[in-house]
Amino acid sequence: MSFFRRSPWILHYDGSSCNGCDIEVLACLTPLYDVERFGVVNTGNPKHADILLVTGSVNERNVEIVENLYRQMPDPKVVVAVGACACSGGIFARAYNVQGGIDRVVPVDVYVPGCAARPERIIDGVVQGIAALEGKRAAMAAGRRRGALRPQSGSQPAGAA
Amino acid sequence: MSGLAGAVLFVVLAPVAGGLLVGADRVVTARMQGRVGPPLLQPFYDVGKLLEKEARQVNPVAEPLLLGHLAFMALTGALVLGGVDLLFTVFVFALAALCLVLAAGSVASPFSHAGAERELIVLLATEPFFILMLAAVCKVTGASTFAGVLASPVAVAEELPGVLLAFLFVATVKLRKSPFDIAASHHPHQELVSGLTSDMSGRLLAYVHLAHWYETALLAVFVVLFFNRSVPLGLAVFLLAYAVEILVDNSTSRAKWELVLRSSWAVTLLFSGGNVLAVFLLGR
Repeated sequence: MSFFRRSPWILHYDGSSCNGCDIEVLACLTPLYDVERFGVVNTGNPKHADILLVTGSVNERNVEIVENLYRQMPDPKVVVAVGACACSGGIFARAYNVQGGIDRVVPVDVYVPGCAARPERIIDGVVQGIAALEGKRAAMAAGRRRGALRPQSGSQPAGAA
Repeated sequence: MSGLAGAVLFVVLAPVAGGLLVGADRVVTARMQGRVGPPLLQPFYDVGKLLEKEARQVNPVAEPLLLGHLAFMALTGALVLGGVDLLFTVFVFALAALCLVLAAGSVASPFSHAGAERELIVLLATEPFFILMLAAVCKVTGASTFAGVLASPVAVAEELPGVLLAFLFVATVKLRKSPFDIAASHHPHQELVSGLTSDMSGRLLAYVHLAHWYETALLAVFVVLFFNRSVPLGLAVFLLAYAVEILVDNSTSRAKWELVLRSSWAVTLLFSGGNVLAVFLLGR
């Protein structure tokens, strides 16, 4: 068993959302849901994070930021798209400045639907993200044993929550 | 217990004790906030994961410096318990902190630089006190080593209550507890991001965590110096003080660095300096 299952550190980025999903993400940290029970830490630093949790869609201004945050995260890493906007652009999909869901920029491993996504569903998405993280870690370890180059993140097919 | 056995025991057991204490800290903090909190062994899971994760080398000089930070921190405790002159160990302690500052300053991140500069301020606020504290302990007991202080008939805490109070204040700064967590924070979304650990990932960050556990255990050893008549009493006082630190950490917000520097020097000079002056004037 690897330690990734017990210590997933999350970086939360808010794209162009209505803040509904962000409130629900923060609700996960409150005494009612308390995701720290599972070792989850809401870190503000991409270099410490294992899971990039994105709410809201990608627009012309934040596309570089999402890419940059993803590139700064060390492997293994997974991306969880939370809410309708992060999954597909949601009700903002046809707005002039919106490009669409997060998977337009970075490879998404878990899609969490909902408008806004409920805390239980977000926690479920993170748990599925941990499973994807574990898979990437195993692939990384196997690659190291074979003496291969560092595996490219996001090369695995995206799952669905 | 011979000096060498004490040194080896510290190097082996201090990270276990320090990690457990940090784990208990997180559980107690969660309970104070009405949450269940992580498992007691969470810090060990975190470090285990960091060792498995990719370490991004922003500047290749950071890794040897962080290994130096860890090694000198372990060495400080080993030297204290190994029977080396107590005053000498303070400088090894400062060297450990300096390695961390250099590692944080070796990268381009402005958050890391802010953290490194603030860690230097923390050094400026605390190092003079540690020298004064150990000099005072050596003065009242007439001994210069850990074993010598423990064997001394003088009860250090009765002679140096002011120095003990000042030590507990300075420990808040050293343990990176709010309101004095100016160089690096355990909490996200603040102006510092992660302070001096901002650009450290994977095993590099694991070294910093391990060194922090050694440092915590070292502070416990320093408290035992004050309660040289009974080691269990010293450890109990340390745990009680740590509980108070958690309460303070949870009920205050971060202070500015000016306040940290001024208050550390004021408390050190008033309580510790006054105490040492009294000891000298009374001719002990």
